[in-house]
Amino acid sequence: MTDHYLLSVILFLPLAGAAAVMALPVTAERAVKATGLISSILAFAASVVLFVRFDPAMEEMQFVEKVIWIPALNVSYHLGIDGISLLLVVLTAFLTPIALLASWDSVKERIKGFVSLMLLLEAGTLGVFMSLDLLLFYLFWEFMLIPMYFIIGIWGGHERIYAAMKFFLYTMAGSLLMLVAIIWLGYYASTLQGGQFTTNLLELYAIAPGIPFGLQTWMFLAFILSFAIKIPLFPLHTWLPDAHVQAPTAGSVILAGVLLKMGTYGIVRFCLPLFPAATFAFLPYVALLAVIGIIYGALVSMVQPDLKKLVAYSSVSHLGFVVLGLVALNEEGMQGGIIQMINHGLSTGALFLLVGMIYDRRHTRMIKDYGGLAKIMPVFAAFFMIVMLSSAGLPGLNGFVGEFLILLGAFKSNLLGSPWYAIVAASGVILSAVYLLWSYQRVFFGRLENPDNTSLKDLTVREWAVLVPVVIFIVWLGVYPKTFLDKSAVSARHVVHRLEEARRGVAAPRVVEHAPDAGRGGQ
Amino acid sequence: MTTATLVPVAVALPLIGFLINGLAGKYLKKEGLIGAIGSATVGAGFVIGCMVLNELLSLPAEARTRVITLFSWIGAGSLQTAVAYQIDPLSVTMLLIVTGVGFLIHVYAIGYMHGDPGFWRFFAYLNLFVFAMLNLVMADNFLLLFLGWEGVGLCSYLLIGFWYDRNFEKGTTGDAAKKAFIVNRIGDFGFLIGMFLIFKTFGSLQFQTVFGQAGQFAVGSPVIVAITLALFLGATGKSAQIPLFVWLPDAMAGPTPVSALIHAATMVTAGVYMVARCSVLYALAPVSMHVVAIIGACTALFAATIGLVQNDIKKVLAYSTISQLGYMFLALGVGAFSAGIFHLLTHAFFKALLFLGAGSVIHAMHEEQNIQKMGGLKSSMPVTYWTFLAGAVAIAGIFPLSGFFSKDEILWQAFSGGHRILWAMGFTGAALTAFYMFRLVTLTFEGEARWTHSVHPHEAPPTMTLPLLVLALLSVVGGVFGIPASLGGGNALDHWLEPVFQPALDRLPHTGGDQHMLEYLLMAMSVGVALAGILVARKWYLQRKDIPETLSAKAQWAYTVLSNKYYVDEIYDAIVVTPITRVSEKLLWRIVDVGIIDWTVNAVARTTGAIGRTLRLVQTGVTQSYALIFLLGVVAIVGWILAH
Repeated sequence: MTDHYLLSVILFLPLAGAAAVMALPVTAERAVKATGLISSILAFAASVVLFVRFDPAMEEMQFVEKVIWIPALNVSYHLGIDGISLLLVVLTAFLTPIALLASWDSVKERIKGFVSLMLLLEAGTLGVFMSLDLLLFYLFWEFMLIPMYFIIGIWGGHERIYAAMKFFLYTMAGSLLMLVAIIWLGYYASTLQGGQFTTNLLELYAIAPGIPFGLQTWMFLAFILSFAIKIPLFPLHTWLPDAHVQAPTAGSVILAGVLLKMGTYGIVRFCLPLFPAATFAFLPYVALLAVIGIIYGALVSMVQPDLKKLVAYSSVSHLGFVVLGLVALNEEGMQGGIIQMINHGLSTGALFLLVGMIYDRRHTRMIKDYGGLAKIMPVFAAFFMIVMLSSAGLPGLNGFVGEFLILLGAFKSNLLGSPWYAIVAASGVILSAVYLLWSYQRVFFGRLENPDNTSLKDLTVREWAVLVPVVIFIVWLGVYPKTFLDKSAVSARHVVHRLEEARRGVAAPRVVEHAPDAGRGGQ
Repeated sequence: MTTATLVPVAVALPLIGFLINGLAGKYLKKEGLIGAIGSATVGAGFVIGCMVLNELLSLPAEARTRVITLFSWIGAGSLQTAVAYQIDPLSVTMLLIVTGVGFLIHVYAIGYMHGDPGFWRFFAYLNLFVFAMLNLVMADNFLLLFLGWEGVGLCSYLLIGFWYDRNFEKGTTGDAAKKAFIVNRIGDFGFLIGMFLIFKTFGSLQFQTVFGQAGQFAVGSPVIVAITLALFLGATGKSAQIPLFVWLPDAMAGPTPVSALIHAATMVTAGVYMVARCSVLYALAPVSMHVVAIIGACTALFAATIGLVQNDIKKVLAYSTISQLGYMFLALGVGAFSAGIFHLLTHAFFKALLFLGAGSVIHAMHEEQNIQKMGGLKSSMPVTYWTFLAGAVAIAGIFPLSGFFSKDEILWQAFSGGHRILWAMGFTGAALTAFYMFRLVTLTFEGEARWTHSVHPHEAPPTMTLPLLVLALLSVVGGVFGIPASLGGGNALDHWLEPVFQPALDRLPHTGGDQHMLEYLLMAMSVGVALAGILVARKWYLQRKDIPETLSAKAQWAYTVLSNKYYVDEIYDAIVVTPITRVSEKLLWRIVDVGIIDWTVNAVARTTGAIGRTLRLVQTGVTQSYALIFLLGVVAIVGWILAH
């Protein structure tokens, strides 16, 4: 019974929290923070219920809700999840309370605005992962830009306006083309016999693969440009370091932890199943950019003097892995890509939390200002070590599971057609050890020589409470990933199968007749 | 089989020790308790290992393999892996070495690390290391082996950097730790590629499945050659062979028990174990076998030459370890798998002994490691001296100590397999080994004291000397496990390991045979050169000190090259490290990222802004000018219409 509204409950809990926060007086700071935290924890609790009740054996969308919204355009408030969106919903609901708790003391002004924007951001992101209607999806996609813009622009660092503007315009530029493509898709559906304008994703899944190849290519490009900016895929990544460096800790955590996943999620949810012929045609180029991103991101990360920038560039590298896994178009790679989205959310989210903790104390992110911290902040050093190793893909921690499956999938992928993508990408494993260990060494090892560091205090109880849940998941995913892999297995297989079918279909003469130049994609 | 089910317990115990000491060690305070937890969890593993061994021996040879599956680990698509342990003669042998020698080293560390503020942390790391190592040797699949493989690398990193605020040579201990991890990761890259190839070829990563199917491939199949070479790259990293040996000498920055446990007795043998485990695959790839043998022989000789001139007591032992590991690979490469494992076993005894002895000396000399500043320690530390001497005689290969049997077996198999050049390299290496070991013994313990009398060297406490005595005993008698038939022995280890290696041996051409006379001759020769090495070292460093001095003065360039370790570190720096960091910083970041990509992005924004600003000029807000433009527009349109 409750299942029918569960997604709405999760989606509206943060919104209700935001409304409640706004209703509180500005001076009631503790109440504001508590309301925000409690509503986000409730949303997480609801997402755990969702996780438990989700049936991993089902191929179809689950917890579907559908209410007609704009009858004239046939647009509905249409929610539903499969195993892939499930994991991202849970990740979003998990990271938001963590991020709120992390900024408990570090955000000191306009707390009310900050907390409500964080909750709005959460709602927008959840909406992206739940929408089964393209227009609704687009709405959430754009909606979430606004709170993020203000979070960077108001609570950010010295160049926050530049960074916020860059972030906003960059992503906006990509998504406008996507809007055009969405409308075009809906219109295309109406041109078919007995068809009508629709943005219902489930209906379009059946229609879109039949679009002639030339047209499909344009739509694919419009979608993937938008996603590639969000991921960000090389060379569209330059907004990321600025946004991360300027954003407050909570903003960086959500940005890296969740927002970037919207791009990779978009590839799985839209690009691959809607435009299979175009996917096959562009596969090598996307994979190539992913591999370049892996190596390039790691190399540039290695030489950053600023810790936050270092983590930001490492995201370019890690997200490159995710994309490579997805476009391997087999179950191993797909599952690896999905789990790596979660892993990156945890590991990089945690890295930003840790950098934020040290920034709160010393107000510098420069590596050279540190050194020898292991001596006076041993607990902090231990947490940093675990998270760093998780990010470096050490077996037994979460990062390895994703990286291994991705590389294995890419290596054996028939569609990529060459093991070299995986081999080159695997050298990124060496580089990630280099940039992480080197920065760790410079921050924590050596003698404590900078007098400004000698009075640093180790972690507080609140900071423990922020980190321990993340570390629990880091270990859980590393030791027993089955809990999570099982949830997305059928959905991942479904995406792969759909593409395999499309590939056979594309090669078959029946469809070629329908779409004369579609055959190219199959080769 | 019932005791086999205890194997997961043996593996898990050190993990529990790690968790207790790691989480609560700071509050336990008592060193005795922390040390006891650390040692007991490893010692219990040894007891379990003995029970398993006992039970396996009671079974017929072909029934000695069993897999225990705990839970499924990473699974997606057709990949299914589990946390599962394979119990067979090879893994049980390794289990006994790791826990047995490991236990002694843990006990020793109680004395050695006494008073260190990081005492609890040290034992936590040691336990974590043993846990990872046990996963490595007990795993029933490549992926779990890889978990242990990377895990021991991590522990090595943590332990080398244990004294993280100290300097080490030109840099810090942190530099040495990082170098170890990264160089190992280069090897791990090879291992990963090997696993991908295995999965693509066999559709599984489980040993029994993979090795079971290997028979379908012809000898020399390119894919098998590729797999074995990729895996061997991993082995050169972990087992410090050319070209990835550079991390091991620097790893001496860690506390001495670490050097003994990780960098001599157990971790560095992981590569040897892995290649031995994959013997079936290697047997199908003669090219790879040759590569393994050649790399092994070259490393054995190369590292021995560096060992000749080092003055740091631990550095000599480090290069000696690299050299001895080379012998093990030489054995594997010529198809003498059980001889390789035999040498692994005896080496674990005598090298752990030598390192612990070195630690005892360093302790007594108040952290002095330069042997030129030692001498005459024999009287003040008799236990250390005599046990160290036993280890030195063993590694030199003097009959009837353990090293004689294992090294001679390798050399004999190389010779009888027709690898005369490789044999000659190993033979020369044996002479050098004897020489540098006795140079070490002589300079450290004999002759006159070259230290000030304020040092007051003293014998170590019993927690340190007891492990020395046990290891010394094992170094002396350890050869009994593999006395060859030619000397009237039964070569017990060879028979014990036969079920594991037989499938591989079946694919290799049979060589040698029973040429006992030749074997005796070679034995006599190698003992002869070893004795010669010992005598020369004693003469040069006790009576004729002028000889090594004139020699190094005459061949100044050779001496410089050797003492700088052939400048390998410098070469790697110049051709790999520096270019990559320079290119990344100057080209990729400053020019490509900021200068080109981001500049373009901002240029688009600037252009848009400029267009906007230009057009803004039109929006003056003055009604008259709008009216004027409106009028002009109307005139123009009317004019245009009229014109047409």
